[in-house]
Amino acid sequence: MAETNQRNAYGKTLVELCRENKNIVALDADLGGSTMGKMVEIEPGMEERHIEMGIAEANMISTAGGLARVGKIPFCSSFAVFTAGRAFDQIRQSIAIGKLNVKICGSSAGCSDFGDGATHQSVDDIAYMRVIPNMSVFVPADANETVAVIKYMASHEGPMYMRVNRNPYDNVTPEGAEFVPGEPVVLKEGTDVAVFACGIMVIKALEAAKALEGKISVKVVNVRSIKPLNRESVIDIAKSVKGCVTAEEHSIIGGLGGAISEALRLERVPVEFVGINDRFGSSAHNYKDILDYLGLTSDHIVEAVEKINSL
Amino acid sequence: MAYSEELIRSLKEKGQVLRRDCIKCIGVGVAGHVGGSCSSADLVAALYFHKMKVDPKNPEWEERDYFLLSKGHVAILQYAALAEKGYFPVEDLPHCKDIGFYLQGHPHLGIPGIEAGTGSLGQGLSLGSGMAIGLKMDGKPNRVYVLVGDGEMDEGQIWEAAMSSSAKKLDNLCAIIDNNGLQAMGVIKDRLPNEPVADKWKAFGWNVIEIDGHNMEEILEALDEAEKFKGAPTAIVAHTVKGKGISFAENQVGYHNRALTQEEFDKAMEELA
Repeated sequence: MAETNQRNAYGKTLVELCRENKNIVALDADLGGSTMGKMVEIEPGMEERHIEMGIAEANMISTAGGLARVGKIPFCSSFAVFTAGRAFDQIRQSIAIGKLNVKICGSSAGCSDFGDGATHQSVDDIAYMRVIPNMSVFVPADANETVAVIKYMASHEGPMYMRVNRNPYDNVTPEGAEFVPGEPVVLKEGTDVAVFACGIMVIKALEAAKALEGKISVKVVNVRSIKPLNRESVIDIAKSVKGCVTAEEHSIIGGLGGAISEALRLERVPVEFVGINDRFGSSAHNYKDILDYLGLTSDHIVEAVEKINSL
Repeated sequence: MAYSEELIRSLKEKGQVLRRDCIKCIGVGVAGHVGGSCSSADLVAALYFHKMKVDPKNPEWEERDYFLLSKGHVAILQYAALAEKGYFPVEDLPHCKDIGFYLQGHPHLGIPGIEAGTGSLGQGLSLGSGMAIGLKMDGKPNRVYVLVGDGEMDEGQIWEAAMSSSAKKLDNLCAIIDNNGLQAMGVIKDRLPNEPVADKWKAFGWNVIEIDGHNMEEILEALDEAEKFKGAPTAIVAHTVKGKGISFAENQVGYHNRALTQEEFDKAMEELA
């Protein structure tokens, strides 16, 4: 049975990739037990391929740059707030300017680390990473897609950032499907409103589409590649409907909503955002509560779709 | 004496050549990093013209040693060394900072002989540490040298890299501290005092060698000793003079990044002749 937890999918695939390619190494900053980078460390014969960097993310990222320069393919993992956030300048200078072949995993991304509160919840990592020239930014919709994305990252050159959710939920994409960066994928056809979603909001968008069946025809689009993003494909989808909604577990500033709006900047297409409204997260006792609290539910998508449909 | 007089003389002269190249390139009326280029010049000359295995005709030669300028603001010094070594024409140096030209204000990948981008301080030692880890994993004998500024030691990442490099026992890594005592806006001991520098590196598990960073014999001995030392990375704490070789700039904070007048330029070139 397919894995439903993105972190487990990440760790297991990383072990497989290490076996296939002797140049792949996994770096962690004392959170390998959460990122599942530790799976490499505990795999018999793979111990040396896991490089523990201690609680020092800035050093981890620049060290990875050095490793890449001598032919290694480093996967650096920590919580998204500590890779994209804390090590931003190291990603920018040590990695991105020189286009070094470093892969960065922003684990426990969005509000998926519900208990730890605002300090540990990345409401802004997509924006940070997307704005850096030469960086690619991928947000898999589920565990199946996580496998496809990490395989792509391991076999293609260049700096790449991948966002990984902490909690299990049902797969919405098929096991073993190919990952093509740049292309949004239509998961469900519809003729009235298109919902561009990423990460956990893809499954919420599918739920919203189902709830609106018979009333509004909703097209659900999985934007697993935030950057690159094929502008023509976004325009074609937007023009096939009356308007669009974006849905992301991220600030409405600078993330998926920003990327889609930029792509549509010369089009006469209304776009509404479902996302985190310029605020930090909060501790919660479970994942559902924090998503409800921040307005990241299928009901919020339904509301936004209805608003666009009634324009 | 383990080194011939001829070798010492020629390397000292190379240091002066590099200083002259820097001043020529900085020119008159436009700010340039005079002070830190001159303090590091003898160290860089010893590395490129004696110690390091490099091939200017094949900058990506697999067996090369690596040099990283963590104090990336003295890029012009490294460019001068690379040009004098034959990586690219010396005539290109004055075009440094021209829009779109390959010699940018700070080192970046793509310039022949440059191993990593630096400029935002504190990152070069980590980059060098990563190279050293990778080379060790592959059982390769290449060495990695990183030139770190003493002002740059304000950056916390230097100490993260100091810890991880000793934890990983990177005896193929050598940090050289250009310990000139000044930073952009003042005297280090009056701002964030960093002494005892040598003891700090020792406490972080490094093999430490203290030298006069303008005494070529001491520089060469330290580099050889660093190569022989096994089980830990080596930090060479090189006591230097900021602005070395230019009387009016020596130990002067104001010449960190300064535009020279025509008179200053002429005097500097005369003194460095």
